[in-house]
Amino acid sequence: MNTHQHNLIPVKEVKVWDIPGGVHPPENKHQSMQLPLGEISLPAEMIHPLSQHIGAPAEPIVAEGDHVLAGQKIAEAVGPFSAPIHASTSGTVSSITERTLPHPSGMSGECIVITPDGQDQFIDFSGTEDYLSLSHDELVAKIRDAGIAGMGGAGFPTAVKLNPKSVNRIDTLIINGTECEPYITADDMLMQTRADDVIKGTQLLAHIVGNPERLVIGIEDNKPEAISAVRQAAQGTNIEVAVFPTKYPSGGEKQLIQIITGQEVPSGDIPASIGIVVQNVGTTVAAYEAVRFGKPLIERITTVVGESLQTQRNIKVRLGTPISHILAEHGFNEKKASRVIMGGPMMGYTLANDQVPVVKTSNCLLAPTKKELPNPDFAQACIRCGMCAEACPAGLLPQQMYWYAQAEDYDRLQAHNLMDCIECGACSFVCPSSIPLVQYYRAAKGTIRQMAVEKEKSDRSRQRFEFRQERIAKAEAEKEAKRLARKQAAEAAKKKQAEAKAAGENSTNKADDLIAAALARTQSKQLSPEEQKARLERGVISAQSRVEKLREKLREADETMAAKLAAQVKQAEQKLADAEKKLADFKPDQTPAAAPAADADDPVARAIANAQAKMAMAPDEKIKASIESLHKRLAKAEEKLAAAKASGDATTDALQAGADKLKEKIATAEKELAELQTQAPAQPTAPEPQVQDAASAAIEKAKAKAAAMANMSDDDKLRAQVEALQGRLEKAQQRLQKAEAEGDDNVEAFRAAAEKMQAKLEEAKAKLPAQQAAESAPEPKAQDAVHSPEQTAAGAAIEKAKAKAAAMANMSEADKLKAQVESLQGRLEKAQQRLAKAEAEGDSNVDAFRTAAEKLQTKLEETQANLEQV
Amino acid sequence: MIDFLLQHPILSALFALVVLALAFGALLGFAAVQFKVEGDPIVEQIDNLLPQTQCGQCGYPGCSPYAQAISEGDAINKCPPGGQSTINAIADLLDVEAPTLDEEHGEESDVKTVAVIREDECIGCTKCIQACPMDAILGAAKQMHTVIADECTGCDLCVEPCPVDCIDMIPVETTVTSWKWNTPQPSQIQIADLIASDRQTSMEGAA
Repeated sequence: MNTHQHNLIPVKEVKVWDIPGGVHPPENKHQSMQLPLGEISLPAEMIHPLSQHIGAPAEPIVAEGDHVLAGQKIAEAVGPFSAPIHASTSGTVSSITERTLPHPSGMSGECIVITPDGQDQFIDFSGTEDYLSLSHDELVAKIRDAGIAGMGGAGFPTAVKLNPKSVNRIDTLIINGTECEPYITADDMLMQTRADDVIKGTQLLAHIVGNPERLVIGIEDNKPEAISAVRQAAQGTNIEVAVFPTKYPSGGEKQLIQIITGQEVPSGDIPASIGIVVQNVGTTVAAYEAVRFGKPLIERITTVVGESLQTQRNIKVRLGTPISHILAEHGFNEKKASRVIMGGPMMGYTLANDQVPVVKTSNCLLAPTKKELPNPDFAQACIRCGMCAEACPAGLLPQQMYWYAQAEDYDRLQAHNLMDCIECGACSFVCPSSIPLVQYYRAAKGTIRQMAVEKEKSDRSRQRFEFRQERIAKAEAEKEAKRLARKQAAEAAKKKQAEAKAAGENSTNKADDLIAAALARTQSKQLSPEEQKARLERGVISAQSRVEKLREKLREADETMAAKLAAQVKQAEQKLADAEKKLADFKPDQTPAAAPAADADDPVARAIANAQAKMAMAPDEKIKASIESLHKRLAKAEEKLAAAKASGDATTDALQAGADKLKEKIATAEKELAELQTQAPAQPTAPEPQVQDAASAAIEKAKAKAAAMANMSDDDKLRAQVEALQGRLEKAQQRLQKAEAEGDDNVEAFRAAAEKMQAKLEEAKAKLPAQQAAESAPEPKAQDAVHSPEQTAAGAAIEKAKAKAAAMANMSEADKLKAQVESLQGRLEKAQQRLAKAEAEGDSNVDAFRTAAEKLQTKLEETQANLEQV
Repeated sequence: MIDFLLQHPILSALFALVVLALAFGALLGFAAVQFKVEGDPIVEQIDNLLPQTQCGQCGYPGCSPYAQAISEGDAINKCPPGGQSTINAIADLLDVEAPTLDEEHGEESDVKTVAVIREDECIGCTKCIQACPMDAILGAAKQMHTVIADECTGCDLCVEPCPVDCIDMIPVETTVTSWKWNTPQPSQIQIADLIASDRQTSMEGAA
């Protein structure tokens, strides 16, 4: 019937070329073609190796115990050179474990093992009828997703092959139906039974690779039925069917290209580089099914052949079916069999055991008897007959390569293009000495690849090692530099110390150093407005907390203490008011700063803030402010005193003393102010250097004082104290006399103060002899101990002086006077208010108030006159 | 001048030779300066052949110092990790007789190894990190260390400094991807009875 059909079809002869070499082993293809395509029962378990293709193994996406359906994806492709894996029947994932792989090494690898449930339920495949309208990328993605890999034997991911670089325009698509290896008839069977699908698949692949000019299906002339079936199916299409003489290995990709196009793929290149893509017929049909019906690659046609089997045929087998199950279904006689081979007799490999599964590349299962395929003879010496060179389809020199492989001369092997060997085994087949030539080449190729990997690794190692050396050297150099710097610094410090020692043994230097340090500190304290503001705010917060604390105490305290505490509270309140005022003063000329980090409990910061605020103030302003505050306090004290007197309190005396003290303070402050004011006109408006000179003079003075104090012994100090007290006493007495002369109301107070001072003076004088006695046995330690407070006192003095100078530098003459006038006006107003109040209340101090107000009036007038002059 | 040369062929030949000598001398001198090769290229070539394990078994602190030493006349058979194949390659390069490996420096091992830290036992002392010439050990003080297997050359140098002996040298396992066919072994059975005369010689040998 076939011959009849054959005659009806007008056969267009396709020109074919020949390949060099090649052999004609016994074909043995008839055994498996006697029976139609068969099917077998479900096995007890399905084994899906994760690596059934060239490239990265797939990643399992199911877990043990999961139930899967046939066609469900169970492992996902990793990277571009990979392919996913699908379950071939429904069942439960029993384990993901190591199993023996269908690999020449006989090694184990990770496999997903599925126990079928017997239902054989499929997932819904979503096909595309109008697949030719889909874009290239969509089609490639579908094929990739279906897990299709080269089914001829190599297992190259089909999606990758169909996606050649854009520089390679494909002009020829070859579908490989050659199947040159003996025994195998899987593709023959496929072409006979599904010729239409082969043609449709070819058209699909042609569409994907950009409709090349030539579409050729190449079939060896030993498959006449397949040829006629495909020819008939190809009628009316532009697909050529090339038929060429049977010769092993015409089915090799490069050999087929040479046969059909006459072109050779350059050494080390891929067919796409000359515009050709080759696909196996099985792959073509699988790709068609994947796109048209959405069916992933879960089954294939495999030839089951060999004399040790009762039934030899082609079967449609689910991927993952264990070989043992297939063999059992075909009446395998283990005693007769020499071995079980996966693939053909030329390029196949013996399986380590029969538990390995059928995978995507398993085109044949060969179970020959010992007679049919005996073990190879023992190798004998090479007789240099040269038959291998004649048989080599790649045109290599197998004999030469054999010698070099034995000598492990890999450079020469590569020079003889070992890497172009397709490992077809034709040389071994023809060798009269039964030398397993191809085994030598396989081993040598493996070694060369391994060497390349090692070379790459050793280059990387060298790089890493050199980088490490460099890094260590750099670190060492840095360390050395640091060491050197430290050494130099230490030497410098030593030198300085020695110099300091040489300069003088007395402690003046020490004091000087300390003062210098203090200066440095104050200089570093000249901070930005924001920081100043922050400090002021901190001061306010701390003052508030202090006031609150004192109030708390006051509530708890008993009566006798109450008055004292009340005074303290008042003081604290005053301070708080001051701080707030300072802050308020500060704010207008500053841009609103961010909320300060309130470090209120930090006493250092508080002190700094105070000092800063003081520094920012003009000296006369400061004094005025203090006078004002003193007045306030005095008024309050007097109020209190009056209240105490009225109630006959025991604290009357204490209150009286406090009031007196306040008065005294006011007097000194006023005097200071007066001095300052007389001084001010003498100062030029704002010459910084001079002011600084003044400041430095003050600093100098303070330094001298500090130095002197540091040097002074205790009795000296006392003597100085006594002197100071005497001075103050004299002043107080003068004031007293003046007050008496003027009939001041404060006479009493002045007198009390003078008396007190007298008492103090006497006390100090009394101390002095005692101290002198103690001094005769000097205590250096004690002296050391008293140094620091004196020095801090000196530092404070210096700071004050500096602050004064700074404030003065900032003020012009007129401004100063204006400020003075303003303050005087304020004071006058207050005095008048007080007077009015006193008059209304019928106070005994009315007169005193009146005089004070009058005095202020005259002062104000004077200042205004001064201002006008300026 | 030309007349003089024509009349005295010997002198003209001499003159021509002198001129040529000067010209080529100048050319060579120029080339020597212009195309001077920096460094010793042979050291680099030797270094390329060495296995770069940086193990120091040769007595030098790394492969490139050893390459330098070889170029200065040191023996080429001091590299156990490279083994005989490296010795052969260097002998080939230097065109000298290939000696066998100097056992004094260690034995060639067929099995590649890689250091593996038993992480439960690691105390995080960083001693191995400092010892590793490859920077292939990851870790910090008081933190567990681990070896980057891909970068480990199996040089052994980290094993000795470990105070708790938690580093093992594990042979690298062959995987399906790194597997290769073995070279067929020449058959052990003497097929001596193929030729009659062979049989005779073997019998004579036995007798």
